[in-house]
Amino acid sequence: MPAKTYVQTTINGEHVDFLCEPRQSLLEALRDVIGLTGTKEGCNDGNCGACTVEFDGRIVTACLVLGVEAEGKEISTIEGVAEGSSLHPVQEAFLENAALQCGICTPGFIVASKALLEQNPDPSEHEIRFWLANNLCRCTGYDKIVRAVQDAAVKMQEA
Amino acid sequence: MTTTVDYERNMVLATKTYDVVGTRPIRHDGTDKVTGRALYGADYDTAGLLHGHVVRSPHAHANIRNIDTSKAEALDGVLAVVTHADFTGDSEGMVDMGEGAPTSLKWLRDNVLASDKALYRGHAIAGVAAVNPHVAEEAARLIEVDYEVLPPVVTVEEAMADGAPLLHDDLKTMELGEATDNASNVADHFQHKKGDADAGFAEADVIVEREYRAKTVHQGYIEPHNATAFWNADGRVHVWCSTQGAFAVRDAMAQLLDLPVSNIKVTPMEIGGGFGGKIPIYLEPVAALLSRKSGRAVKLLMSRADVFEASGPTCGSWSRVKIGAKNDGTITAAEVELAFEAGAYPGSPVAAGAQCALAAYDIENGTVDGYDVVVNKPKTAAYRAPGAPNAAFAVEQAVDELAQKLGMDPIELRLKNAAKEGTRRVDGPVFNRVGLVETLEAMRDHPHYSAPLGENQGRGVAVGFWFNIGFDSAVDLALNDDGTVNLTEGSTDIGGSRASIAMQAAEVLGIPAEDVHPSVVDTDSVGYTFLTGGSRTTFSTGWAAYEAAQSLKSKMIERAATIWEVDADSVQMEKGVISSTSDPELSMTFNELAGQLGGTGGRLSATASGNYQGWGGSFAGNIVDVEVDPETGKTDVVRFTAVQDVGKAIHPSYVEGQMQGGSVQGIGWALNEEYYMNVDGGMDNSTLLDYRMPTSLDLPMIDTVIVEVANPGHPFGVRGVGEANIVPPTPAIANAIQSATGTRLFDTPMNSVAITAARSSNGA
Amino acid sequence: MKWIDYEAPNSVREAIDLLNKAGDKARPLAGGTDLLVQLRARAYDLDTVVDVKNIPELNELTYDPDNGLTIGAATPCYLIYNNADIRSVYPGIVDAASIIGGTQIQGRASLGGNLCNAAPSADSVPAMIAYNGVARIAGPNGERDVPIEDFCTFVRQTVLERGELLVSLRFPAPEANSGANYIRFIPRNEMDIAVAGAGVSVVLDNGDIKSSRITLASVAPTPLFVQEAADAIAGKPANEETARIASGIARDAAKPITDMRGTIEYRKHLCEVLTRRALLTAIERAKES
Repeated sequence: MPAKTYVQTTINGEHVDFLCEPRQSLLEALRDVIGLTGTKEGCNDGNCGACTVEFDGRIVTACLVLGVEAEGKEISTIEGVAEGSSLHPVQEAFLENAALQCGICTPGFIVASKALLEQNPDPSEHEIRFWLANNLCRCTGYDKIVRAVQDAAVKMQEA
Repeated sequence: MTTTVDYERNMVLATKTYDVVGTRPIRHDGTDKVTGRALYGADYDTAGLLHGHVVRSPHAHANIRNIDTSKAEALDGVLAVVTHADFTGDSEGMVDMGEGAPTSLKWLRDNVLASDKALYRGHAIAGVAAVNPHVAEEAARLIEVDYEVLPPVVTVEEAMADGAPLLHDDLKTMELGEATDNASNVADHFQHKKGDADAGFAEADVIVEREYRAKTVHQGYIEPHNATAFWNADGRVHVWCSTQGAFAVRDAMAQLLDLPVSNIKVTPMEIGGGFGGKIPIYLEPVAALLSRKSGRAVKLLMSRADVFEASGPTCGSWSRVKIGAKNDGTITAAEVELAFEAGAYPGSPVAAGAQCALAAYDIENGTVDGYDVVVNKPKTAAYRAPGAPNAAFAVEQAVDELAQKLGMDPIELRLKNAAKEGTRRVDGPVFNRVGLVETLEAMRDHPHYSAPLGENQGRGVAVGFWFNIGFDSAVDLALNDDGTVNLTEGSTDIGGSRASIAMQAAEVLGIPAEDVHPSVVDTDSVGYTFLTGGSRTTFSTGWAAYEAAQSLKSKMIERAATIWEVDADSVQMEKGVISSTSDPELSMTFNELAGQLGGTGGRLSATASGNYQGWGGSFAGNIVDVEVDPETGKTDVVRFTAVQDVGKAIHPSYVEGQMQGGSVQGIGWALNEEYYMNVDGGMDNSTLLDYRMPTSLDLPMIDTVIVEVANPGHPFGVRGVGEANIVPPTPAIANAIQSATGTRLFDTPMNSVAITAARSSNGA
Repeated sequence: MKWIDYEAPNSVREAIDLLNKAGDKARPLAGGTDLLVQLRARAYDLDTVVDVKNIPELNELTYDPDNGLTIGAATPCYLIYNNADIRSVYPGIVDAASIIGGTQIQGRASLGGNLCNAAPSADSVPAMIAYNGVARIAGPNGERDVPIEDFCTFVRQTVLERGELLVSLRFPAPEANSGANYIRFIPRNEMDIAVAGAGVSVVLDNGDIKSSRITLASVAPTPLFVQEAADAIAGKPANEETARIASGIARDAAKPITDMRGTIEYRKHLCEVLTRRALLTAIERAKES
């Protein structure tokens, strides 16, 4: 079998290095190589958003990035959203608004919602729905997710 | 889509209040789920884990002449390959998987790994275990299967046609309860009958008769199926998987692998959605067989295409409804025929569909005929109120047309004929206390129902019914020294049920919900618990929690009496305070007592288990406004109100979530979702891109009204709430589209292509 | 997925060498939102992917009123639709770039990738044709420019030859009094493939159509540039009646198929609706410009 590639990257602010095959996606690298299983696989073709991570400041679906592309990049995953033992306002808002049922889509929604609110602190309902259209949820009908993002926007502005 | 809102968007019409029940605490498992720490099935890892891949049939219908695995076995990095031949023990007998009728062991095994025939594209043929998933996939491509391709049938109409290709040569139709010698794709034809339908129609002033078709759709959980199994050297098999029923997996594995149930331990991981589709087992036995062969733990994951092509779905259907009424709106007779796809093996949800079809109506004269039909699609699995949406799509449109012909308001027509306590359903049973009238009244009185409509908009209403089931549940409670309680249960938590079960225990004990710590444990660690399905978990496992808490409460009262040296009858425990009526000085808090247990006779725990009955069905209703683009036919749901009798909402936020989620699944089914089948019998759109479940941008807020008509058969009045909410959306949207466009659609999906074609043939 | 090698050259020259050496066993990787899905489905049998995102020319994003706009082939959509110059001067490109996939896809997907993928449904291609876009291609024998309407030759086939790499997309500054628009029809409101689409541009002269460009998506093996529709309305007043003339011609020119996304009849009907609506928006934009 050909050699794996040595990759040095930054994940949730920490230097991480790992070996991966070029055919492995960033999602596989995170989950199977590095052990960060909070990022979920729902479709492996970019259509469900469960594997949403921040990649050099922009959210992407990790299934459509190769692990080797992480070289020299800055990646943020769901595991890096809370600061120590303090939940991020988006996480608090998801809990308080019952914005999750099964929870499999929740990491992707939280990473995406946090990114939205960092660039648009006061989004309209339409802007929230448009931004999150790449994240599928089959349990909630999105109502409580949209409310949670609205609520998180208020929390973040107050903070 | 943002509308000005001057009303309460999530109403709770409560009839009884409690201290904990009916409040909205943070769910106990929430923090793990918002931080990514919760472990789902695919997250499981263990030493020496191998990764598998399943070879699947590219043909919808084929005889399997030979399977050659030699090249795959020779590939570097491959440790095991299995096929149907690796099953041991004979395949005689029947297996009950929980929901629906028992099925034959041979069919169950054949669905896990095909023996002589591939019956749908995606049918599992062989399994491979290798050092990583990519090697396993490459090895799978080296397995050579010699197929004799046969013509497929993918709809009930094709399957029931004269001369249709037969899926099973040995399948003989059951006709009205009698075995026959007719080999056909119809596994069963049954009939329910009440009164005299012909006489009823003779009394009618107005009759509507129509045919309807609903397309096959998938449950669409975001987490694909997964399973890891380890076949230990001692003969015990340990399975880690996402399932709605760990004990159901254990029972099925025992049957399939010819092992005693005690040799199998199932650890239910967190589950990423199920909706009924994670009751059957697919990967677990294959992983176990691969583990037996390799001596290593083996993990199998479905791809999204596998999920669509080899798991779920729920049935497509053909229906005919004839319904008649007098000019005053009294329905005099109804006749319903339902033919449902079972998928590759018998067992469609037509039985339940037939029970629900006319459940909302007090009808003197009616018949319901049901046909269970095999087709070349994956074996259908339960999907949220299985069968009921197909029936309601037909009946609730016919009732809408009836209202139009009578010139009556559609809610008033339903109220006039509404089923209530004492109504005998056409299929026989008599309703106990149900809340259909209250649900309809809440719809009629909701501000949505009288709000003005905009241009190109229309409004529709519909109602639907679903049961809830009871069966076995077990709960253990252990009181900690700090006054908290550990709660152990076997119901996998798909949508917040840990909270709703813990809350029922907390209510009895008079402590905050947060002081009960619920855990879902494996099959070795708790008493038998039936699956999370049939809208039963909050009802049955909640009831077990109630009983266990009552037991713990009694023990605490006894202990307090012992400590105080008073008669236990004089001791009471209310709202977290234990006191004695014999001496007002004798009082201590729940926590104070908990802290003394070790030194006063030992710590306390309690357990309860039962086969809980006394279930109560739930009615749901929708008011839907749609806007239809007159040129493209594009339909947007612009306002949606879901009303449901839930008995008692233990945690209203998660009840609303069930109502909203079920509504949106119904919206998807109505407008865009379908199995788009090609001429070869394969599904063309087996991706989340082309299957088109609703995104956040496709929806308005989903307003809810929780109606509480207590179920007299449950300590807190709980009814099952998870399912009835998916029943009314498809007909309500059909009725709304008719209202907006003047054109009625009789088939799902009611997408832009269908609407435009129907309007153009109507001369619009 | 079968084993692949990964190369990430820093120059056009290196990329061309790698692609030329491997022939059809290599493809460039930009955003990967199509390529990785296709590799998993084994639509291509590759030995190597050549990541072109480290090459400066493929990340160029420059505009000036004299030379127009240059978009590096690997530039992701979000940088395009967030660019102030593009938003004000080329709104039709923003129309398309902001509806390719969802937010996450737009963080990766590029117009160059959308063009080279050569799907009939590619949303950005009609918009780029509307703006007279030109594809700059570098290869073993040097550079060449190909009008974007000539770039796709069939479903998943392009003019690119062995060793050739799409470097950038170049657009002249729009004429005065011009406007453009791209719209598509999808059953959902996002995250969907065009059932049909229409990308148009118009140049007005005293309230009349001086010239126009009309391209349809998803109704032929390639994006369908409908010259005859443009010819038919030249010199006519910029109004709904004129839009109807062009949209009727567009409908007749469309050669769609029936598949899971729509029927022949419905797609032809959509071509009429979408072309008309897009023209009216483009006319409005031209009047406002």
